[in-house]
Amino acid sequence: MKNEHKTLIKAAGENALILYFSSTINDKTASKIQCATLKIKQSLSNYILDLTPSYASLLVTFDMYKIDHHQLRNKLRTLLATIDDVQAPNHQHIVELPVCYHEDFAPELPLIAKQASLSCDDVIQLHQSTVYTVYAIGFAPGFAYLGEVNDKIAMPRLATPRLKVPKGAVAIADRQTAIYPNTSPGGWNIIGCSPIIMFDQKATPTMPVNVGDKVKFTAISKEEFFTLGGKFPMFHD
Amino acid sequence: MLGFLVKKPGVLSLIQDSGRFGHAQMGLTQGGPADKEAFYWANRLCNNDVDVAMVEVSVGGIELLAQLDTVIAVTGAKMQLSINAKEVPMWRSHQIKAGDLITLDYAQSGLRSYLAVKGGFKIKESFGSVSTVCREGVGGLKGSQLLKHDLLPCDEYKFSETDYSLMLPADQVPHYGQSARLRTIPSYQQQHFNSFEQRLFYSSEYSVSSDSDRMGYRLKGQAINCEVSGILSEGICHGAIQIPADGQPIVLLNDRQTIGGYPKIGSVISIDTNKLAQLRPSDKVHFEPISMEKANNIFHLSRHKSRAVTLIKC
Repeated sequence: MKNEHKTLIKAAGENALILYFSSTINDKTASKIQCATLKIKQSLSNYILDLTPSYASLLVTFDMYKIDHHQLRNKLRTLLATIDDVQAPNHQHIVELPVCYHEDFAPELPLIAKQASLSCDDVIQLHQSTVYTVYAIGFAPGFAYLGEVNDKIAMPRLATPRLKVPKGAVAIADRQTAIYPNTSPGGWNIIGCSPIIMFDQKATPTMPVNVGDKVKFTAISKEEFFTLGGKFPMFHD
Repeated sequence: MLGFLVKKPGVLSLIQDSGRFGHAQMGLTQGGPADKEAFYWANRLCNNDVDVAMVEVSVGGIELLAQLDTVIAVTGAKMQLSINAKEVPMWRSHQIKAGDLITLDYAQSGLRSYLAVKGGFKIKESFGSVSTVCREGVGGLKGSQLLKHDLLPCDEYKFSETDYSLMLPADQVPHYGQSARLRTIPSYQQQHFNSFEQRLFYSSEYSVSSDSDRMGYRLKGQAINCEVSGILSEGICHGAIQIPADGQPIVLLNDRQTIGGYPKIGSVISIDTNKLAQLRPSDKVHFEPISMEKANNIFHLSRHKSRAVTLIKC
């Protein structure tokens, strides 16, 4: 049987359940979550307020006036049973995103290099050498979670999150990497900055990437960063 | 279109409707009133639909000039409400004439009050809602808090001599204290906090940090240890209690990040996050575990109770 793949449904809050599809990051799980998100939208939209898919989970926020957690759990079970083994789609689309790794833009770069016993240039090289998958968009509008970073440069989050991370900051947390689309609090290790706007509510499309896209980073100089519209980032602790 | 002209914007005044739902996949948070109870009463006192847009006034200091006749009501944190420099009571509706000046002084108790107008403010929606989330630059008039010279459009309402005002019975008016009990559903990564840490968490008193806002309330006190320092980033529900590596809990509210990777010990029920959002720095809270069943009952009973209240005509 496929017991090891059985989706776990847990309580999150008074009006939210969370579905855990797997405990690891992989393309197959990502496809399964995309499929479940779509199916729930199609058949349970009357009860659902919001859906928050991520790497290996899906948060289902429901309308307490229309359904309770017991009933919803049953409906989700029934629905999940109809999701066949979904194959990972074959994405060819690669979005290239420029990053300036200059030391002025990369407060945690030396820290990661030291921990990995590598030079800063090696860390920059390794960060660019992977073609990443967009596993989720969340935390803030346009914040794309990219996986997976080379194990050597993986780094745990800061013990105390920064109150302000500048717009465009490129950062690492464990084996995830991302670009901060706007100034916000955050606990990831910053290794560079990108001048690309990751979320523009007036633009079409709103975001340069979507869940499932492939992303590659390319190093640019400080001059190129400013030419591409980048603003000098301010770092606070 | 006519409406209310902002003469003084106050410390943090935000247009809010019941919130933005269905866009978490793009990373858009829900926004909406931090104190849903006070929001509900302000709309009911104006005989509005329960989810129309009003102004959430944090801390106070707002002054609005009416350009038309209408009806308003103010609920929530205790702030001195004046119409043309004459003090009038909160928790009841008031008839407003074009040219009237409405002021809300700084909060004496509680933190956020709610100013509703008959029919609600008429503002263009972004992603299905007018709720302002400053960090995202989404909602409100220009994605920001109210600024001097802003115009808040609304419909005119000509009252007749048979019209009456509505008032919430005094015994129904919520009390805003300096502490709150936060009933919590143990959930999410609860299993990664051992029973000792859970007991510590539920028996300790925490104080509200000055870094608290509509995104989350940061608390200070007994540090809580988790067996894991991070998890795969996952969806965060309203009221979720995040425990970062420094062990200091953060209760996530309306403007929270949609996804995050710090472990969570449980989630506070919405009736109690209403109370939390009215607290100020150094106010005290404690957590109390309750089952999902009990949380469900409390939610529905409180809704029935509110609906059963008959407003006083005056």
